[in-house]
Amino acid sequence: MAQAPALPGGFELPLEPRLPRIGSVDQVAVEERAESLSRRSIKRESKLFALDLAVRMMDLTTLEGADTPGKVAALSSKAMRPDPSDLTVPPVAAVCVYPNLVPVALERVKGSGVLVASVATAFPSGQSPLEIKIEEAARVAEMGADEIDMVIDRGAFLAGNYARVYDEVRRIKEACGDAHLKVILETGELGTYDNVRRASLLAIAGGADFIKTSTGKIQPAATLPVTLVMLEAIRDVYEETGRRIGMKPAGGIRHAKQAVQYLVLLHETLGVEWMTPDLFRFGASSLLNDCLLQIRKEKTGRYQSPDYFTLD
Amino acid sequence: MTEIEKRQDRSPVPSAFDYAPAPESREIVTLEDRYDLFIGGEWVEPKSGEYAPTISPSSEEPLAEVAYAGAEDVGTAVEAAGEAFEDGWSDITPAERAKYLYRIARILQERSREFAVLESLDGGKPIRESRDVDLPLSAAHFFYYAGWADKLEYAFPNRKPKALGVAGQIIPWNFPLLMLSWKIAPALASGNTVVLKPAESTPLTALLFCDVVRQAELPPGVVNIVTGDGRAGAELVKHPGVDKVAFTGSTDVGKEIQRAVAGTGKKLTLELGGKAANIIFDDAPLDQAVEGIINGIYFNQGHVCCAGSRLLVQESIYEQVIAKLKRRMGTLRVGDPLDKNTDIGAINSKEQLEKIKELVAAGEEEGAEIFQPPCRLPEKGWWFAPTVFTNVAQSYRVAQEEIFGPVLSVLTFRTPDEAVEKANNTPYGLSAGVWTEKGSRILSMAQRLRAGVIWANTYNRFDPASPFGGYKESGFGREGGRHGLEPYMRFE
Repeated sequence: MAQAPALPGGFELPLEPRLPRIGSVDQVAVEERAESLSRRSIKRESKLFALDLAVRMMDLTTLEGADTPGKVAALSSKAMRPDPSDLTVPPVAAVCVYPNLVPVALERVKGSGVLVASVATAFPSGQSPLEIKIEEAARVAEMGADEIDMVIDRGAFLAGNYARVYDEVRRIKEACGDAHLKVILETGELGTYDNVRRASLLAIAGGADFIKTSTGKIQPAATLPVTLVMLEAIRDVYEETGRRIGMKPAGGIRHAKQAVQYLVLLHETLGVEWMTPDLFRFGASSLLNDCLLQIRKEKTGRYQSPDYFTLD
Repeated sequence: MTEIEKRQDRSPVPSAFDYAPAPESREIVTLEDRYDLFIGGEWVEPKSGEYAPTISPSSEEPLAEVAYAGAEDVGTAVEAAGEAFEDGWSDITPAERAKYLYRIARILQERSREFAVLESLDGGKPIRESRDVDLPLSAAHFFYYAGWADKLEYAFPNRKPKALGVAGQIIPWNFPLLMLSWKIAPALASGNTVVLKPAESTPLTALLFCDVVRQAELPPGVVNIVTGDGRAGAELVKHPGVDKVAFTGSTDVGKEIQRAVAGTGKKLTLELGGKAANIIFDDAPLDQAVEGIINGIYFNQGHVCCAGSRLLVQESIYEQVIAKLKRRMGTLRVGDPLDKNTDIGAINSKEQLEKIKELVAAGEEEGAEIFQPPCRLPEKGWWFAPTVFTNVAQSYRVAQEEIFGPVLSVLTFRTPDEAVEKANNTPYGLSAGVWTEKGSRILSMAQRLRAGVIWANTYNRFDPASPFGGYKESGFGREGGRHGLEPYMRFE
């Protein structure tokens, strides 16, 4: 069993593999940078390219107590063919559901290339015993989920118990087997950008394949500056170790215009190599229809009524 | 095949994400073929009979012909300003003066897109900057000083402040409308009248401002704009009817002006060159510090007197900072100033481009290591790629002289003492930047740096309430804030 290495008082991560300095983040400056990038004007073919990519990067999500097999089946069908009247619109990257609905989703998307992601580890709070969380992740992996979205224990993090957070990520990563691990930091509960950066590096050190902003259950969820801080952490890890970590902003991204802003942020922070669903995802639900609407507008020059797009 | 390889199969990485052109429309600006001088509220043909074209630096296209004032024209303008001062401007109630300034501020806001487009067209700066920085700040200066107009007694308690009379103001080409606002707003608020000479390469927004002056129904002669070259400036400085000279520009010209006004009793403020140190300590938030470095030197193509043109990096983080800086420079978009996605526009004039090239060549010859990110520069117009020199010694020309272009020189230091010593080791003293997480270090550095403006964990941030000005060869007198009123007042 992997042991969390002792993290000395100053919160330094283990040196092997070498990780970047924890450093700090300046709030005013990072918000200014995100704001200035959000003013990029993306038009015509570059807009269409971005919208198409946004669809391909989407984790179409439903995480409600009221989710049923019927709801998830409908969502999965939408995921495979988002716009039945325009088959050039690509399928989304994945559907994201609760563990009990993984079999339904898997059955429905089989063979389509659309992946199935499941939340796990006592989502959304993470406030359960570690053994139960490990067990949940292992079970979800067994069911055949391609990706597992775990939450970190924010209580432990905010109490300064970084070693525990790190250890949990490591052990859940092991329990995931071949499934990809996305680690949700729930940045809306972390309070500062410094904490977001720390939690990002901690999750990456623990073995995250992706880091993800939010559960969608807490406000604020994903924001541009938080995403920028996380992308910069990813960049520092890449430059230091060559490891490519993915990023997933989730929650509160409802409009195509926002999605384009996130892609500009990604493009100017990590470059085109990261502009693939393998390294960037949007966790969203209503975003998809707005993207479809905008894609059709770009192609036909006209806005359609929302009635022409399916609600699932 | 692993899972990730399968996926990469499925989703090829794009080779580029090119932003389609997003040009701001020029339609909003209507230009005359030829502009005369604005004297006494009227357009007046220059008695000199001279006109010269003003050229768009991004396309080399002549935009309009502009009058070049001679001695006689300058004299007429100063007389018009003197009459306007005697004839009422000095007597109207301060609240009335404030009203005009508020009007001007609001009109500038209303017409900001027009001004922003014209500023980018005539000066070459990216529309992103003229739209988001120059115009909002210009309006903010008028709003700010409008507020002071009827509170001068409170600005200078028990000193009985009085207006001086006619202010002769000469402004540079790097922030044409903003410098006009910095000059005109405090002068009018304190009850003076103005003769202003814009730079010969960027007169158009000042000429459009005449339209604002009329729209605001400012009494004739309170603001006079005389275009022309250095000769007109020299005439303005030496005219006996001028009570106060305010100049922003190069140190050489500043010295000439100081000689010219010596012994005349004219009040003088000079805002001259700079070679600011931007100091990065090893505990700084690095990614934001890199943004600050970029904003410090590449803002407005480096045509900024307070540009952070000397980067001082603590040696322990040198490699990391330089790697981050070079990567970030690769994302700067150089090109059409009117494209909303452009970060770096055109160099303001051919002469300036030559000067930059000359200094960069000197830097290479002296042994500094040059880096420029790959970027395609447009064929027409005057352009210079963002440039950084590493391996620079304090004795190199690129570390000593003001380049006034997108060229950064990087030096290193080991301790705070050494940083202070190197930062202060320059004939200039306009501004400096300090990047550190330690609040106490910010305060101690600010105390020890000999510079008029010190930014902590930010750079090139301006506010009308904050005084701005230099030490040593960077000039004297302050513009902005309550301090900015003082040079326009006499006290009993």
